[in-house]
Amino acid sequence: MSATMSVTRNIALAVVLVLAIAMPALAASEADFKAAFAAAEAAEKQADQLRNKWTTTETQLAAAKKAAAAGDFDAATAAAKEAEALAQASIFQATSEKERWKDMEIR
Amino acid sequence: MRTAFSLASICVLAWLAPALAADKPDPVADQKAFQNFFIKKFPKVKYEDFVNGPYSMDEGLHRQWEEKEQFPPYEFAVETGKEMFATPFKNGKTYGDCFANKGIGVRQNYPTFDEKEGKVITLELALNRCREANGEAPYSYLKDEMASLTAYMAFTSRGQKMDIRIPSDPRALEAYENGKRYFYTRRGQLNFSCATCHVQSPGEHIRAEILAPALGIMNAMPIYRSEWSGMGTTSRRFLTCNSQTRAVPLEPQSDEYRDLEYYLSYVANGLPISGPGARP
Amino acid sequence: MASTIRVRATNNGDTTEVQALIQHPMDSGFIKDAQGQIIPAHFIQQLSFEYNGKSVFLANWGAAVSKDPYVKFAFKGGAKGDELKISWVDNKGATDSTTAKIQ
Repeated sequence: MSATMSVTRNIALAVVLVLAIAMPALAASEADFKAAFAAAEAAEKQADQLRNKWTTTETQLAAAKKAAAAGDFDAATAAAKEAEALAQASIFQATSEKERWKDMEIR
Repeated sequence: MRTAFSLASICVLAWLAPALAADKPDPVADQKAFQNFFIKKFPKVKYEDFVNGPYSMDEGLHRQWEEKEQFPPYEFAVETGKEMFATPFKNGKTYGDCFANKGIGVRQNYPTFDEKEGKVITLELALNRCREANGEAPYSYLKDEMASLTAYMAFTSRGQKMDIRIPSDPRALEAYENGKRYFYTRRGQLNFSCATCHVQSPGEHIRAEILAPALGIMNAMPIYRSEWSGMGTTSRRFLTCNSQTRAVPLEPQSDEYRDLEYYLSYVANGLPISGPGARP
Repeated sequence: MASTIRVRATNNGDTTEVQALIQHPMDSGFIKDAQGQIIPAHFIQQLSFEYNGKSVFLANWGAAVSKDPYVKFAFKGGAKGDELKISWVDNKGATDSTTAKIQ
């Protein structure tokens, strides 16, 4: 990934996170939650294939499920969106580290 | 004109050559460079002492550890392991039948590369395979029985030099490289690689702990950790290191872990086995 | 079953140095197991070392002492070849004791 692309990618990630935090003003429906959770799970599945899941992603997914089960779709959707952002970041890490690891190599 | 051209091409080749050499895997050169890195970084540490992890990095800790070694907390595990080794399976065979020299004084040869299977075999894996080959259920890789067995085997190899072989099989070299890559790759939300702590920061503090150097870090396994109030195997340590960086751990004895153990053990060749060990 | 007490006593003229490692779970009663159930308190309440019928070290322990406790102390007196008696009692009423020769 080129430097400009990774900067764009980082900005995109930041935007996702900001939106996820700013969203509560609009009440989330169960459908919103289901869509957000499906997206988060799909991203986490990809991270799993890359053998690079984060524990914090799993925690957010669990929190989203729990909130949804309690009927709090605002919190559930926010947690699902956070989980997706974390999963995407872990995917980014797995792909960027494919070359970056050599920077730390002794030999 | 032609002389100038050939001179130019020689210069280009000479300039490229080191880059090409670094691209071709050379475990022997890796090992020398790895050991020299730590020897240079810690000139006051005696070569053999690197296997004592954080104790080699701090004098106060070293003294406490020396006292502890008179009555080490892993003693019980070694005794249990010895008993287990002497107890036959239901079919009458013993652990000794699965290993060279009846399993005594062989720990320093693990991990090995199995050319039939094309994969790295760690000591823990070999022990469970021994059980399964003799009709017994495998043990958990993390603690208890597995820790006792490997503690006993390590104890019978104390003082022996780590002696890991990489056969001239491209798959063995690939496993070694995979282990090396895993070691240096950052993972988890904290974005740490093994090297972040054990190459960049040995001797420094992470919260209340003093970090061990990567050189010889396998030589004391398995370990009794005060943090665990008990024994833990190499598998246990790999898993907990992963979760500490907020990475979801892989399955014990996953290919990545086996290759990682292979790499770390190989670059420590020549250093004595100090296991089983005690750690904070 | 083997003794839970490992002990080494060394005499250096005036004083005798004693080290002991005792195998005991020392469960505080505050920790939960993997199923979420409290692991019941199970710890040594009293540990004593006697020389010549006299107590040279007595410990009254509670939940704060960790698993497999290690003890080190020194007392005035003692002689090579003499015996040291060590015993403990835990909160379940279980006991163990052993004797060791001073080296």
